[in-house]
Amino acid sequence: MTHRRPAVFLFILALVGFAFAAAGDGEWLRKVPAKDRVRANPFAADSDAPAAGAKIFAEHCAQCHGEDAQGKTQDKHVRPNLHADRIKQATPGELFWLLTNGSQKNGMPSWSRLPDAQRWQLITFLKSLP
Amino acid sequence: MNLYSRTILTLSAHALVGLAMFAFVPQLHAQENYFVTYSQELEEPGNLEIATKNVTGAPKGGNPFVATALEFEYGVKTWWTTELYLDGQTTAGESTLFTGFRLEDRVRPLLREHWINPVLYFEFEDINGADKALLEVVGHDSRTDIATRNDRSEKKREAEFKLILSSNFRGWNVSENIIAEKNLNNSPWEFGYALGASRALALAASAKPCKFCRENFVLGAEMYGGLGERYSFGLPDTSHYLGPVVTWSIPRGPTLRLSPNFGLNQNSNVFLFRFMLSYEIDQLFSKLGSSR
Repeated sequence: MTHRRPAVFLFILALVGFAFAAAGDGEWLRKVPAKDRVRANPFAADSDAPAAGAKIFAEHCAQCHGEDAQGKTQDKHVRPNLHADRIKQATPGELFWLLTNGSQKNGMPSWSRLPDAQRWQLITFLKSLP
Repeated sequence: MNLYSRTILTLSAHALVGLAMFAFVPQLHAQENYFVTYSQELEEPGNLEIATKNVTGAPKGGNPFVATALEFEYGVKTWWTTELYLDGQTTAGESTLFTGFRLEDRVRPLLREHWINPVLYFEFEDINGADKALLEVVGHDSRTDIATRNDRSEKKREAEFKLILSSNFRGWNVSENIIAEKNLNNSPWEFGYALGASRALALAASAKPCKFCRENFVLGAEMYGGLGERYSFGLPDTSHYLGPVVTWSIPRGPTLRLSPNFGLNQNSNVFLFRFMLSYEIDQLFSKLGSSR
């Protein structure tokens, strides 16, 4: 029985490693609850929201995603390009969920400290990116 | 002009010069809203925040003082922040001292956002009896601790644990900290608490760049105090403070925070004034790497 312990430990370690690896690159989208997915952006039609969102982006997001939101590679970590199709196709509710919860295993912090309104303004900005 | 006034003026001048310098340096910001209470917010990974947390007071029966904790806070992971504090103080008519250091780590065990978000806090501090930084109140801490003459002979090597509970809801942050501290010199456990609530003056950002927009100001209040020790647990025979907190985060600039604190019982100092200036360097090691 005791001979099996290292094997069981290695198996669990491999499972955890696999789970971490699988968590990258859009894995978060599958975790968004259905009720959050369909949330509407109250700032979608606000003409000031893209400019306000750009300001928030420059303050909090540009350090990782780049001033132009084209993404970056920092110390082996890939910071996603926010012009990507994945962002364009994500619903506002899915992006709001991501900003609220982060994708912490992948280095994206939670931005729940920003008020809801500012997170929605940021999403309006992201959706306005070409 | 007495020594206390001169000390305050000198420190204020340093703070203003620092603020003026930082106000024109791009790429900076900070996140905490309180002085004593911790919220769920951790440092963003790769960022280094440098801050001076200062407290000044004129204790009854003692000399006025200004104490400073110079803080270096680094985000290791999204769920792990580590900090180093260097403490010092000046007491009018006595001396100016380095009083010790603190090493601190905060870990967020749950990776998603919940109604209440726990954070685990561990600290080792090696300070002496002259330390007046007042980063927390525990056990039977009282105004006599800060009124006595500077004495470095008492060594305090302490382990401190905090359970931080914090929620963000509709623009409000509400945070509660439960503190347990033990002097490693076979002393009983001491306990304390800290509570805070805060909210930005405006929840939506304005479209135009501005330093004085309402969304850059956070107003709040915090209350903290001791809970006695293992053999005499409770609210009496210790000190408690309450005060408003104002934070001004200059966009792409430093953060300035002020808080007048009022003692709530006769064991407390009648009045303490806290002020802080912090500056955040984004993605420190990436910048160092690219400059090589």
